[in-house]
Amino acid sequence: MHTRSQKNARLAGRGITYVILIGAAVICLFPFVWMVSTAFKETSEIYQMPPTLLPSRLAFENFVEGWKGAEFGIFFKNSLFVTLLATAGTVISSSFVAYGFARFQSRLSGLLFTILLGTMMLPTQVTLIPQYLMFNKLGMINTYLPLILPSWLGGGAFNIFLFIQFFRSLPKELDEAAKIDGANSLQVFTRILLPAVKPVMLAVLVMALVYNWNDFFSPLIYLNDNMKFTIAIGLQFFKGSQGNVQIGQMMAMSLVALLPVLVIFATCQKYFIQGIKMSGLKG
Amino acid sequence: MKKKKKASAIAKREARNFYIYTAPWIIGFVVLMLYPMVYSLYLSFTNMNLAGKGKFVGLENYIYAFQKDPLFFKAFGNTLKYVVIYVPSSIILAFFIALLLSKKIKFLGFFRTAFYIPYITSGVAVTILWGWIFNRDFGIINYVLSLVGITGPNWLGDKNVAMISIVILSLWTIGNNIIIMLAGIQDIPASYYESAQIDGAGAIRQVVYITLPLCTPTIYFNLIVTTIGAFQIFQQPFILTNGGPLNSTYTISMHLYNNGFLYGKMGYASMLAWGLFVVIMVITLIVQKSSKHWVFYDN
Repeated sequence: MHTRSQKNARLAGRGITYVILIGAAVICLFPFVWMVSTAFKETSEIYQMPPTLLPSRLAFENFVEGWKGAEFGIFFKNSLFVTLLATAGTVISSSFVAYGFARFQSRLSGLLFTILLGTMMLPTQVTLIPQYLMFNKLGMINTYLPLILPSWLGGGAFNIFLFIQFFRSLPKELDEAAKIDGANSLQVFTRILLPAVKPVMLAVLVMALVYNWNDFFSPLIYLNDNMKFTIAIGLQFFKGSQGNVQIGQMMAMSLVALLPVLVIFATCQKYFIQGIKMSGLKG
Repeated sequence: MKKKKKASAIAKREARNFYIYTAPWIIGFVVLMLYPMVYSLYLSFTNMNLAGKGKFVGLENYIYAFQKDPLFFKAFGNTLKYVVIYVPSSIILAFFIALLLSKKIKFLGFFRTAFYIPYITSGVAVTILWGWIFNRDFGIINYVLSLVGITGPNWLGDKNVAMISIVILSLWTIGNNIIIMLAGIQDIPASYYESAQIDGAGAIRQVVYITLPLCTPTIYFNLIVTTIGAFQIFQQPFILTNGGPLNSTYTISMHLYNNGFLYGKMGYASMLAWGLFVVIMVITLIVQKSSKHWVFYDN
């Protein structure tokens, strides 16, 4: 059936496909290569034209000076603290709430579920200012509570929704069997249902880790003491204090800030991909 | 009689359990969403400051925005410009890349990772990195352009180009949309394509008549999520250009932030927040209403 010219056209199509994909992949990845390259260059080499890809000498001093240029050790520790507590809140409370939605009924459960879905569309700005005034009244400005507390109160509509979908896909007979064995509803949740949705849990976990580590806006408005900064605003603060002068140090510190995200991604890539695919399911 | 009693006792226990488990979210919803939404609507009619002190001023904030605040229209126009350029281009690009990825290619895992990494790392660090990449004199983009004899623009310093640069940075981070689109395309049963091939439909016709229509639910989902996100654009212009040059990248979220948290005008900032919210709602509703004309549901 297939003529030679058809075959050739197919082959050419394949070739073009690969050329475009490789080009796009280079555009996606090269900035990181450039970041690493700049981070290891001396200032004079950074501004050299034509630019070099490989530094003539590895300028580790960018890392040393940058690290000392601002309190990066403290920023890092702060970020770790906030990220871990907020992520724990997200995973625990979203699965807990989802269990309620997936397994129990009340007169209002339908309405509340609709509201839950509706809140996913809500832009954060519209609740931002009253939230700020509220946290201010409670004396929580310049503490980590506004960054952590909300995660423990539901952990995000989207995460709850993910868990609900997967809890619902598990047969109710599982619960019943455990109940006959004398388990109460909390034990059914922690011993039967949670272990059964481990992939979802890991997906929510890794996405929350990255989200909280990258979060810029909340720390920007709630933290105003340098020593309390997370790495995201610490970097912005460092950039403000250095201008464009110390680009090598800035790239070095940006790289340091990115490292945890890249490590998590490298080790848990499977769960990220799973997470997004699940997010598309609701469409 | 007894049975009925038992049934209602079970229903009661069910309801009790429902509220026990959903309590964290219900509390969060009321305290962090419902109350703030209503309260910020009220605030938009006051001249409240950062400390929460102020009085009712009626429509003054609204009148001020429309009559005296030149930055209001500027910020709104810029935001709209960003949305109008970014949303369609990101949807088309994501669909196109996903389409190529769906062609049973080798190294799919590698490509998926490559496209996804910019999304996952999108934060202050990569935004600062792009500030360096966009540098007029020493940036890598302009160097590459100079190799082919093009004098690159002042990406972040030219008021006619800066917003495009912000869009480029945003387009760099659409890996999430690509993977969602890819999942949507891969869900299409292979039998559809097989029967089209028998009918003699070529590759392009297959995309137009099979892939595209069957992918519309996914496109619709991406369109809504991307649009809502795009209207809230803040971090990229805040870090890269701080709204400049000549306010050409100054967005409504930045205006809100400046008024609320720099000038302490919480009342005015709340008005801006509600304005943004209403615009997003209206546009989402329009997209939703339009969806029955172009979103194809395969039942």
